[in-house]
Amino acid sequence: MSIALKEALVQRYFLSKVIQSIVLLFGVLLLVFVMVRITGDPAALMMPREASQEHVEAFREKMGFNDPVMVQFGRFISGAIVGDFGNSLHFKTPAMPLVLQRLPATVQLALAGLVMAVVVGVPLGLVGGFNPGSLVDSLGRFLALLGQSVPNFWLALILILYFAVRLRWFPSFGRDELKSVVLPAFVMGLPVMGQIVRLTRSAVLEIRGEDFIRTAHSKGLEPRTIYTKHVLRNVAIPLVSVIGVQFGYMLGGSIYIEIIFSWPGMGQLLEQAIGWRDFPLVQALAVFTSLVVLGLNLLTDMAYAVIDPRIRYG
Amino acid sequence: MANRETTQREADSLLDVERTFKERVAYAGRFLWRDRSGVIGLILFLVVVGAAVFAVHISPYDPLEQNLRENKMPPFWSAEGSWDHPFGTDNLGRDSFSRIVYGARVSLTVGFFGVLIAGTLGMVIGAVSGYAGGRIDAATMSLINLILSLPYLLFVVFIASILGRSLLNVVLIFGITDSPIFARVTRGEVLRMRESGYVESAISAGARWPRIIFDHILPNLIGPLITLATFEMSAMIFYEAGLGFLGLSVPPTIPSWGNMLAAGRKYLQQYPWIAAFPGLAIMFTSLGMNLLGDWLRDVLDPRLRRARK
Amino acid sequence: MPKALEVRDLVTRFYTLDGVVNAVNGVSFDLHERETLAIVGESGSGKSVTMMSLLGLIPSPPGKVEQGEAFFYGASGRRDLLQMSPEELRDVRGGQIGFVFQDPISTLNPILTIGEQISETLTRHRGLTRDEARDQALELLAQVGIPDPKLRYKNYPFQFSGGMRQRVVIAIAISCTPRVVIADEPTTALDVTVQAQIVDLFRRLREMLGVAVIWITHDLGVVAGIADRVLVMYGGRPAEIALVDDLYEHPQHPYTHGLLGALPRLDARESRRLVSIKGTPPDLLLPMKHCPFAWRCEYAHDRCWEEIPALTPVGVRHQVACFYDLEAHAPRQSASEGGPSNGRE
Repeated sequence: MSIALKEALVQRYFLSKVIQSIVLLFGVLLLVFVMVRITGDPAALMMPREASQEHVEAFREKMGFNDPVMVQFGRFISGAIVGDFGNSLHFKTPAMPLVLQRLPATVQLALAGLVMAVVVGVPLGLVGGFNPGSLVDSLGRFLALLGQSVPNFWLALILILYFAVRLRWFPSFGRDELKSVVLPAFVMGLPVMGQIVRLTRSAVLEIRGEDFIRTAHSKGLEPRTIYTKHVLRNVAIPLVSVIGVQFGYMLGGSIYIEIIFSWPGMGQLLEQAIGWRDFPLVQALAVFTSLVVLGLNLLTDMAYAVIDPRIRYG
Repeated sequence: MANRETTQREADSLLDVERTFKERVAYAGRFLWRDRSGVIGLILFLVVVGAAVFAVHISPYDPLEQNLRENKMPPFWSAEGSWDHPFGTDNLGRDSFSRIVYGARVSLTVGFFGVLIAGTLGMVIGAVSGYAGGRIDAATMSLINLILSLPYLLFVVFIASILGRSLLNVVLIFGITDSPIFARVTRGEVLRMRESGYVESAISAGARWPRIIFDHILPNLIGPLITLATFEMSAMIFYEAGLGFLGLSVPPTIPSWGNMLAAGRKYLQQYPWIAAFPGLAIMFTSLGMNLLGDWLRDVLDPRLRRARK
Repeated sequence: MPKALEVRDLVTRFYTLDGVVNAVNGVSFDLHERETLAIVGESGSGKSVTMMSLLGLIPSPPGKVEQGEAFFYGASGRRDLLQMSPEELRDVRGGQIGFVFQDPISTLNPILTIGEQISETLTRHRGLTRDEARDQALELLAQVGIPDPKLRYKNYPFQFSGGMRQRVVIAIAISCTPRVVIADEPTTALDVTVQAQIVDLFRRLREMLGVAVIWITHDLGVVAGIADRVLVMYGGRPAEIALVDDLYEHPQHPYTHGLLGALPRLDARESRRLVSIKGTPPDLLLPMKHCPFAWRCEYAHDRCWEEIPALTPVGVRHQVACFYDLEAHAPRQSASEGGPSNGRE
């Protein structure tokens, strides 16, 4: 196969993924637009309950809720394309910059959690897969079960009580020093770590049983070569995809952890915006988070194609 | 010849009866040992169901009864605690143990009806999509992939904040947002069955549709769907509590684990037990259902590895 | 002719949850230089496990090679494979004994180029540099009949057809000019026309490299075209061993007889019905105290239920493990005098 053809195939693969993502994003915009209007009166939704009739009416006119739905939708979409979701009702400033301000904190938290999950989870899963039934394997499976079953908001409370209030090792809230990230990142990473342990373990077990590993042994290769070159590279394929997807879930699911640890990220902003009935801000948050998650999925797909030639040429 | 064959086989196995018996015992022991987590899961689940069903008989107090003189009492093991309120009382002096027992009702209601709606919707969508094939299938599947790739929690919070607090809303939100998972699994199974060809052979043998659905399709679907339902019910109980923690689930007058967490949030530092017990209840329910689900997956369908969590 | 491999009384068991599986129960045979020995039997007859056992390839646990000797006449003289350290055995595997497995789809690593998969054997055993290994691999690809080796070197297994993949696997097996190639059902997963091509390739390479081949198969039809001698296995034991023509013309074991009867023959004078052997293979979980074939054998008499027949010479380089003389239509008289032969000739 010629190099040019190879590249063309790679590009077509990525192109279709990009188009899919754009379609998905458009769906998100539609969903957000419809949801805000699903009660029939978006103005009432966004105004305080005690607001007077005249206030609500003035607000409705100002927000353009009296225009035909299609006009509203056109305005919403054309604004969304340039990142304009209107002004935050609470801050009276454009919503999107407020969201972007909170992005680094959430990314930092999710990234720290992910690093912990990968650094601890992958070795545990590998050891478990190569020595099923061993002590390390039992430990890994126990941690996996724990991560799967312990509600993160509850774990956060317990950790604060013990490590922050009693031992005073870490601050119990805020994002002032590097130490602050340890507890929230641990809570964030534990369930992901559990998933990674499970997946790595079962992938190793599966790959070790494959015929091509027997072939590798029959070629007289050193066990170390077989593990690194033949087993690990194949294990990396599902792992990369799960890591990408989980990172997306972490970015979109940090709300409880950010609230409990007063972590000034997008999740905390979401709770505040809902409390303020600041729906332009909520919309901006929902769409932006979806954009980030879809972008991550795209990156994951690319990484996947780099490792797995079957996808690259498929 | 046939006779001799069977008797010889029997004789052969009889000669070794002692050893094989020992081996059988060891085998059965190992099997149970391996499945002990499933038994634990089942017991935990039954405890929760029991609490929900017999809440009136189990709970020592009315879960709504306030007693401001006895508020924020610690649990029984503490010096100031007493067996009158084994799990202590909350900020309004309500008995935590009674509220936890009643809270199981909310959790199970949301989980059960949420899964029922999601399962029914999902099965219909998945079956139609898988059976129709072609463009309808492609369109349905891309919609489903859209919903599944969204940041789930964020959208549930978003929708709940618009619809307002009520049990019905919570059930509907979970029932609808969770149906794509059931649709995907159902579709996968339907496609697999179509490929296997025995539905075709049943048709060509003259079987009618209702018969095909009940005799061939449903029995194959039931295993994977029950397993999935267990995991999803656990997830819904978990998310309901999460919504409650944010003040977005059932109204505050209803005793639910999520509402208890929300109430305890303000008193974390001085009175941690107010939030700790509902958290424990969620954890054990979730643990039990995950163990049960893992076990069901092994027993019913070793192929299912697709459930999102 | 000098020997290449000498296997004596090999026993392999698997300790599973269901009980002990007696997979190989005393197998002995010789392999001479440049000879092709076919090992024939149903699945579960122990033919593959036998070869895996010799080279430490059975998964352990649950598998365990419990007794026997396997002398290999290799680079370091006559050595017992079963006594070798794992390191020594690794030098033999791939370096002096090559393997070809059944399913070419699953025997190659899906995410490595086939060039890499050939070269790594060469760098491992020959100590070649990457460039040297690459040149050598290109030559091997040409040798096994893959067109345009330079381009194909960079391809991945899924870009090849089944037959082409099997050629790649063969290239790997012969890459270090081994003394013995073990081919485990190398044609079973392939189309009939491709089968013939692979058999052809084997014949050609055997002449060119002077390599001894062990050809494991359940298909006596393929055997006629390639083997010098045939070892028939049943229930983890040798049933009959003979030169290929002798075996086809004078099968001495009822099982071999049945296998040949089940073979569709193009040259048959009268149209023979395709018969398969009635009954099921023996349950290897039970320790065998009689002839393993007795359940399915129409000639079984009391003695067959009382002891296990050992391999006994019945002709020139022909041994059989049976108490019944098919040609005389009577129980064999001299069987006990032969004693428990170990297959030595």
